[in-house]
Amino acid sequence: MEQFYAIAITIVGASTPLLIAALGELVVERSGVLNLGVEGMMIIGAVTGFGAAYVTGNPYVGILAAIFGGMLMSLLFGFLTLTLLANQVATGLAITLLGIGLSALIGENLVGKQITRVPNFQGVDILIVFSFILVGLVSWFLFRTRYGLMVRAVGDNHSSAHAMGFSVIGLRYACVAFGGGCAGLAGGYLSLAQTPQWVENMTAGRGWIALALVVFATWLPQRLLFGAYLFGTISILAFTVQTFGWGIPSQLLSSTPYLVTVVALVLISRNKRLLTANTPACLGQAFVADR
Amino acid sequence: MKKLLISAAVVAMALGGTQAHAAGKLKACWVYLGAIGDMGYTFQHNEGLKQVQKELGDKVETVFVENVPEADAAGPIERLARDGCAIIFTTSFGYMEPTIQVAAKYPKVMFEHATGFKTAPNVSTYNAKFYQDRYVQGVVAAKMSKTGIAGYIVSFPIPEVVMGINSFMLGAQSVNPNFKVKIVWVNTWFDPGKEGDAAKVLFSQGADIITQHTDSAAAITVAEEQKKLGFGQSSDQIKFGPHAQLTAAVDNWGPYYVRRIKQLLDGTYKQAESWDGMAEGTVTLAPFANMPDDVKALAQKTADDIKSGKLEPFTGPITKQDGTTVGEKGKPLPAGDILGMNYYVKGIDDKLPQ
Repeated sequence: MEQFYAIAITIVGASTPLLIAALGELVVERSGVLNLGVEGMMIIGAVTGFGAAYVTGNPYVGILAAIFGGMLMSLLFGFLTLTLLANQVATGLAITLLGIGLSALIGENLVGKQITRVPNFQGVDILIVFSFILVGLVSWFLFRTRYGLMVRAVGDNHSSAHAMGFSVIGLRYACVAFGGGCAGLAGGYLSLAQTPQWVENMTAGRGWIALALVVFATWLPQRLLFGAYLFGTISILAFTVQTFGWGIPSQLLSSTPYLVTVVALVLISRNKRLLTANTPACLGQAFVADR
Repeated sequence: MKKLLISAAVVAMALGGTQAHAAGKLKACWVYLGAIGDMGYTFQHNEGLKQVQKELGDKVETVFVENVPEADAAGPIERLARDGCAIIFTTSFGYMEPTIQVAAKYPKVMFEHATGFKTAPNVSTYNAKFYQDRYVQGVVAAKMSKTGIAGYIVSFPIPEVVMGINSFMLGAQSVNPNFKVKIVWVNTWFDPGKEGDAAKVLFSQGADIITQHTDSAAAITVAEEQKKLGFGQSSDQIKFGPHAQLTAAVDNWGPYYVRRIKQLLDGTYKQAESWDGMAEGTVTLAPFANMPDDVKALAQKTADDIKSGKLEPFTGPITKQDGTTVGEKGKPLPAGDILGMNYYVKGIDDKLPQ
């Protein structure tokens, strides 16, 4: 029993950062903006969170700093793409590269430092609980509130939304900032809770997995929860199976999370009508108000 | 990053010609796989560079490039060769092909490739007998483990890694013949999240001591948190596990780098294949900690015996996993056999990925 619990909690730990980062990006993409800078925002969140926790000695301040750090990066992205109308794909990639370099610079003196980690009860910490609440909140916001409807309208047809009097740019800024905060928090989860330490490149590509999950989950929060946990579960089970010494090639086991997640999410999104209905039609397109 | 910028600036300055040479300073260059702040493998190579600066700083100028992916290494290596480096150390196994390629184009530049096996008239190889450290770790693990199981996190099934696992196991078996090692391949050199998760999984499966052949300090961090024990890798990681780290395999490249560059300076440099170990001081152990005095004494004795040559971890006959044996009784395995090791010794519960 104890063994199962330990594995289960490891799975939760591996899935939580993916889930939080992907939820943020989901909202961003629902508003019609494609921010490929998730990895960069995550790593900035990881370093600012760790740094703040180290300086103040308080991991909760670290959490707030992680959110703030990710948000700052996303606002830079927002300024470039929404105000200056730079290409979203190129800018997102630039944000990732900038984030990785900048975080290494900021974190130069944080390597090897010790912090108080985010407290947990039997392995369950506040961020894990929050990630579940966040799924519900995002789902409720997008599909049950007026503002959620506005966000989706802006993402599906920004010209019509503009004509109806919505502030396209304003809404998109808000969504981008929310996405950045989530990415930062996800990065902070790695450096403050999962393996409390700072090292360069510690996100190691999780931002890209989060991005892929959003698309495969067809922009639906519940499916994202499923996808993130499926990915986390298979990754950890792949390790667990190795300890049994069954002789299954480890290269195969390492690739299973990707394979299984892709196959599962492709299968559940076979319904073309549902897929079209949920894909933000204006994804990645710049908006210029006619007048 | 700041250091990268500085080193980039140095490279840029050197582009202006060979002023550095004109000033009479020899230019020694390093290519790193990771970041110098990884607190592990790359960090230790950079400590070696620092020792060169300290001891030969008046005659040698040092330059390094960090975060160079193995697949794209040819470009950065060639740039260094063009920029007037007299000797270039390429510090990762995967740089082997690019190093050989570039070396063919620049016969006057000396190349030194770490942990590889391909050479050329101007390409030397250097490696360290890390497995010697692992034997001591195995002895300590078997003494300290209550469950009789150690967890071992590994990257890729190359001989370097396999000989480490075997040596660890042989060391452990010398204390407890029934000792078990559980192995998890994470298929990456560096991913703190994955390494940490692998450690958590191994602890949940009954291991109470962890060791790893990956580059971050995540495993020892997890051991500290779960009040288990472990070993640091490449670098002394006691900061990450003050109550968990028993000792650490510490790579100490400085003496080798200083020696080779000195030879280049005084003209005695020759192409060579070096494989130094504890005796030469390239492989060292961090201070023994978190263990009772009798274990400490045994660990120290084991290390001393390896250092003096009295004990060689791979002494025949060694029983492989499939029951066959290699090596002659009482004789150490030939270096070639160890460097090409592609089998597990008896007692390891894992199938070696081929």
